[in-house]
Amino acid sequence: MKKTPYVYLWLIYAFLYAPIVVVIVYSFNKARLSKDWRGFTWQWYESLFSNQPLIDSALNSLFLALCVACLATFLGTLAALCIHRYHFTGKRALQGSIYLLTISPDIVMGISLLILFVSVNIPLGFVSLLLGHVTMAMPFVTVTVLARLDSFDENLIEAARDLGASEAKSFLHVLLPLTMPGIAAGWLLSFTLSMDDVILSVFLCGPGFEVLPLEMYSLVLRSQPSINALSTIMFLMTLLLILLAQFLAHPRKKAKKP
Amino acid sequence: MGLERLNPAGTAPGEKQVESRGGPILEMRGVSKNYGSTIALHDVNLHVANGEFLTLLGPSGCGKTTILRLFSGFETPTRGELLLNGQVINDIVPEKRKLNTVFQNYALFPHMTVRENVAFGLRMQKRPKDEINRRVREALHMVHLENLADRRPAQLSGGQQQRVAIARAVINNPLVLLLDEPFSALDFKLRKQMQFEIKHLQRQLGITFVFVTHDQEEAFAMSDRVVVMNEGYIEQIGTPKEIYEEPESLFVARFVGEINILEGVILEVQENNSYLAEVEGVVFPLRTRREFARGEKVRVLLRPEDIKIYHAHEVSAPSRFLQGRINESVYKGATVDVSITLDNGTKIQSAEFFNEDDADISYNAGERVSVSWVAGWEVVLDHAAE
Amino acid sequence: MLQNKGFRFFSITTVCIWLGVFALLPNMALFLVSFLDRTDTSFFIPVLTLDNYLRLFAPAFIRILLKSLALACVSTLTCLILGYPFAYLLARSNRRVRPWLFLLVIIPFWTNSLVRTYAIFTILQNNGVLNTLFNRLGLVEGNFSLMYTNFSVFMGLTYTLLPFMILPLYASIEKLNLRLLEAAKDLGAGPVRSFLHVTLPLTLPGIAAGSILVFLPSLSLFYVPEILGGINYRLLGSFIQYNFSKGANWPVGAAASTVLTLLLLLMAVFYRLAGRNEREGGAAALSAPGGQTAPARVERG
Repeated sequence: MKKTPYVYLWLIYAFLYAPIVVVIVYSFNKARLSKDWRGFTWQWYESLFSNQPLIDSALNSLFLALCVACLATFLGTLAALCIHRYHFTGKRALQGSIYLLTISPDIVMGISLLILFVSVNIPLGFVSLLLGHVTMAMPFVTVTVLARLDSFDENLIEAARDLGASEAKSFLHVLLPLTMPGIAAGWLLSFTLSMDDVILSVFLCGPGFEVLPLEMYSLVLRSQPSINALSTIMFLMTLLLILLAQFLAHPRKKAKKP
Repeated sequence: MGLERLNPAGTAPGEKQVESRGGPILEMRGVSKNYGSTIALHDVNLHVANGEFLTLLGPSGCGKTTILRLFSGFETPTRGELLLNGQVINDIVPEKRKLNTVFQNYALFPHMTVRENVAFGLRMQKRPKDEINRRVREALHMVHLENLADRRPAQLSGGQQQRVAIARAVINNPLVLLLDEPFSALDFKLRKQMQFEIKHLQRQLGITFVFVTHDQEEAFAMSDRVVVMNEGYIEQIGTPKEIYEEPESLFVARFVGEINILEGVILEVQENNSYLAEVEGVVFPLRTRREFARGEKVRVLLRPEDIKIYHAHEVSAPSRFLQGRINESVYKGATVDVSITLDNGTKIQSAEFFNEDDADISYNAGERVSVSWVAGWEVVLDHAAE
Repeated sequence: MLQNKGFRFFSITTVCIWLGVFALLPNMALFLVSFLDRTDTSFFIPVLTLDNYLRLFAPAFIRILLKSLALACVSTLTCLILGYPFAYLLARSNRRVRPWLFLLVIIPFWTNSLVRTYAIFTILQNNGVLNTLFNRLGLVEGNFSLMYTNFSVFMGLTYTLLPFMILPLYASIEKLNLRLLEAAKDLGAGPVRSFLHVTLPLTLPGIAAGSILVFLPSLSLFYVPEILGGINYRLLGSFIQYNFSKGANWPVGAAASTVLTLLLLLMAVFYRLAGRNEREGGAAALSAPGGQTAPARVERG
């Protein structure tokens, strides 16, 4: 390929990355408001880690995201298995509603769940967030696992049973290990979705259970300089998760060469 | 088959099989299989003798794979009974049937090494570790894969994968090994070699093999008996020689090789299954086991290699031969393939082998020739038969 | 296989009950609330009314809706125009560097969009990077304001959502069989015609998926207009959010959300039509834009 088209590629990359790089750089800037460089400092990180409510909300979010990831992965995988393996009435409707949920705006999910929880007197807080986030993340797990299952060779299950494996054992020894990359990716995805969610949290968060995205939102609205530091940390965490996901997707690259 | 014989699933693996060769190990009694309104099998009866190499041969969609899947337990019959070793196995789940399958695409577990693949069946039976190790080693040795035991299937060639699939199946000492078009993914040369290896393995193990293929040459080369199938029916069961030389239907005749079909009418019924018939306007003697009456219409089937062609000058009484013209003559190495159009328009294919005594088998297009066939090698079928 | 009756029953029931209780039921409740009245002490009372929908015809809401649709259309189109050539070049890049280039798209795709919205804020803000840069270059004297305008919100939406356009486009372009283009060339089609008659129709599912993933969030991501457009800058999403929080008029917010749901259903139909020629790949492109190495993630508002 000629060189010139690549210039366009790099321009878009520059557009995507320049603002993030600026945020990272300024997270170390002494200046409080001006964007002039006034020297290197860790002070914003220090103020971040001495902000106890922020730390608490981060821990809350982490705990919530872990619960969400596990529950959503379980339900989403179950749904993927139903769709992939079984024929039942309403299957097409189920499949359709799962795809619809993946593009359905969070705000609609947020307010509709808010109405539900208020109607049946479920207090807003951890439980409402958990239920909301799981419902939001589950369809993505299903889609990710289904993509994996679609490339699954049905003969492998038959081969396992032919060799004396019961249904449960062929599931355990063949289907599950081969679907695992999809399931793991679904887990990571659910975790990220829960960690990053602002919109559902705005509606479903209760006074006793503050979460990081909302704290961040208010920091952004108040233009607190420590938000640069927090953003940098969040970005690095994302980077870590992506590398982990990449590793999970190709775990045996090294084994390729005999 | 004595009453004391256990349910085949109950016999311990490795236990010596005691019944004599030749008894039916596998049986289908009046089995039909419908998928919704499509009928995959019509009332099929089939015996597989213990120790034999049986091939199910037919075009795709003829029901041969359905038979295999019924035996292995991945399909249940709509009607009829399946028997393994004299026991009805209709309601026995696949994992409890002492049959193993070599799948068309091998279905090797991609996340396991060759060793783990081969050991899978024994692990499922919870055999002791050292026994598993020993038997896996033996099985891999048998298929010459000891050196590749720690590779994954993706790192193996097609032929090697095929061998793993076979080792993985036979290590369980199945009563019957089912092979579903196992060579379809291999190239021509490898296929020939694997045919040989499988045949050799079958003799060595003495296990009954039920083999599915659509390739008649492959079927003939490997089998003790061939079952020719078409549209859910069994057309014919017989040795390769019987199938080729004595086809019982036009379908079988056409499916297992080139065939010339000539129209005839019985003129006279003679003794010893002999008839006089007018075939494409010329009177010929015919021999057949089948009974025909005077005036009955028949079809005379002839393999190309049974056709004899004579140059016009070689024939003294042309009225006793079919007359025609050479269309073309194609040199094929071992044979010369000649196509002839008879004077009444019927086309005939002939394949002549080179013969040191008769070197003159070159024909020019357009040349007039006389045609007959090796007496007694004709197959005569009822005209109505399809 | 998995013919086991118990597991079958368990899995289907669990999934259906969960979705029934936490997706179907709330949406029905939401729809119902859009027809209910309210008082100063209750969010909604069981009195049926059409007032909430009538209020959507007030000029104030119509203005918000039109502005939202216009911004969403412009953002989607901009993302498409920027993203298509990018995805094309990416899909046709050298096989050895492509995974790395792809990874560089995945990273912003997964990055918290609040972080990314804030990042674009630092660029556009008064005294911000762009301002300083322009001063240094002598292009502009003093401070100029890009913030709190339609432009800043448009920039924010385009910046935040561009990766969501690129990934489905990339997936469909990468799948495109190059032989088809060669065949088109062989049959005498020039670059323009082979693009219009081969490439474009075959990548239509990707275009449709990407457009949905940009268009719907553009309408409903309420923090982007709030951060970049200011507290009083209102789009459809912010209008709904306002009515469910400070405005405390749930029924009107619910009625407004019905508009959003109708748009969603319209897009889903549009998507099915676009993917008509190509059933299987389509749904995957929509929901798992990154394929297996990059699990699906959709920015929603």
